[in-house]
Amino acid sequence: MSDPSVRGSSPARLVLVAAAVVAALVLQTTVFPHLAWRGVVPDLVLLVVVAAGLARGSHHAMVLGFFAGALLDLAPPADHVAGRWALALMLVGYVAGQVRREAAPSVGVCLATVAACSFLGSSVFALSGLVLQDSAASIPDQLGVVFVAVVWDVLFAALLAALVIAPVRRVRHRTQTDRLARR
Amino acid sequence: MRLSRSRRPLGAVRRHDHDGAGDGHPPRALVVALVLACVSLMLLDRGDDSVIDPARRAVGEIVGPAQSGVSAAIRPVVELPDFFRSREEMRAELASLEAENAGLRTEVRTSDYRRNKLAELEGLTSAAESLGYALLPARVVGLGSSQTFSNTVTIDAGSASGLAPDMTVVNNDGLVGRILRVTRTSATVLLLVDADSTVGGRIGESMELGFLQGRGVIGGAARLDLELLDQRLVPSKGDTVVTWGSIGSEGEPSGPYVAGVPIGEVVSVYSSLRESSQRAVIDPFVDFSELDLVGVVVPSGTRSDRAVVEADGSLR
Repeated sequence: MSDPSVRGSSPARLVLVAAAVVAALVLQTTVFPHLAWRGVVPDLVLLVVVAAGLARGSHHAMVLGFFAGALLDLAPPADHVAGRWALALMLVGYVAGQVRREAAPSVGVCLATVAACSFLGSSVFALSGLVLQDSAASIPDQLGVVFVAVVWDVLFAALLAALVIAPVRRVRHRTQTDRLARR
Repeated sequence: MRLSRSRRPLGAVRRHDHDGAGDGHPPRALVVALVLACVSLMLLDRGDDSVIDPARRAVGEIVGPAQSGVSAAIRPVVELPDFFRSREEMRAELASLEAENAGLRTEVRTSDYRRNKLAELEGLTSAAESLGYALLPARVVGLGSSQTFSNTVTIDAGSASGLAPDMTVVNNDGLVGRILRVTRTSATVLLLVDADSTVGGRIGESMELGFLQGRGVIGGAARLDLELLDQRLVPSKGDTVVTWGSIGSEGEPSGPYVAGVPIGEVVSVYSSLRESSQRAVIDPFVDFSELDLVGVVVPSGTRSDRAVVEADGSLR
């Protein structure tokens, strides 16, 4: 592929990332509406893009954000002007990647990034709707939804962190101490 | 990458063990290209018949079945609370009674309309068409999140089942919405409560016409705004609103919404002096946060890959 982002990415990793995005999209539209509060669900696709930004930097995350957003724009039951989520998630990928450059990715930094990116993503999406006159929802309603979405995303990211990052870190810590002990 | 790091002196371990491309600012050309791609997507997708529609359909062909599959897989879990609440046979009995009850309620809600309709048709030579329609059952498998500021759902039936855009979607309680676009095995439905949704409505008691506008809110607070065409009339609280609809020359459903489907009841009336108009607030009969089984109004005798419930209640 001639895509510059693909440089340094193995095909296996590309497939893995694509599968993560599709799985996030399907879960977001099927499973999570049953847990939704007033129809607001955790933005799983956005979380995947933030994770990519924190793990691999702006360059990869922007490209991933664009494609993931475009998928979100086109997949049913979406019915808004295509390109709105693509733009929002591309910016999210950029910001998350810049955070990686500036700060050591501790759990606190990750959660703060998720909160900021969730707010940024939902706001850019809402604003693009206003600019394109695509959405008839009122601005106070939209702000309410954006704030609920931020809370949802941070809660879900914290849950993920507790379930995934902590055990991984424990295992990694153990292997590191083992390695040191062997030296 | 690993090899190159091992050659480095021991103290100089970089914080990130990735190649430099991910670390710095992305190249300006890439940023510009991506922004331009977003903007061109938006520009291409303006208007009703956009060039993006084939792409939407293609993505829908893949994502739709995935949604159906996952929904079917989690259905037992979703229905688990119901299971614990009552035993199996009681549930079946309850479901049939509920269906019967809903049917009777719908009958009561439309009886005024039907009486008026019959009165309207009196003296005409053509036989009065009953308000029954053939329904194609389908399940809601995907819901759009509120973050998209639109209220749309995916259902697990598509063009292979005989569905087409602009068909009316109902459930046991009343009007749900209309189909926006279809793929082979799934369809996207615009809900009645979407802020972009406008439905022609008719107050059953007075046969007065008006337009219902959604507010984009689902759940218990879901409301619709009804603006009557005749500003002098004041709807009264508790009045039932049904679809205005359009019936083609052969009595087959035509146009986005078929006639006589119950929508909701008037809960309050506001009069705006400035605009000298009456605005009534409607509480929809359908609970949009718990949509599951819906029916799509199809012309009688539609060729379909699944059973169709005919207007007389028989399965075909």
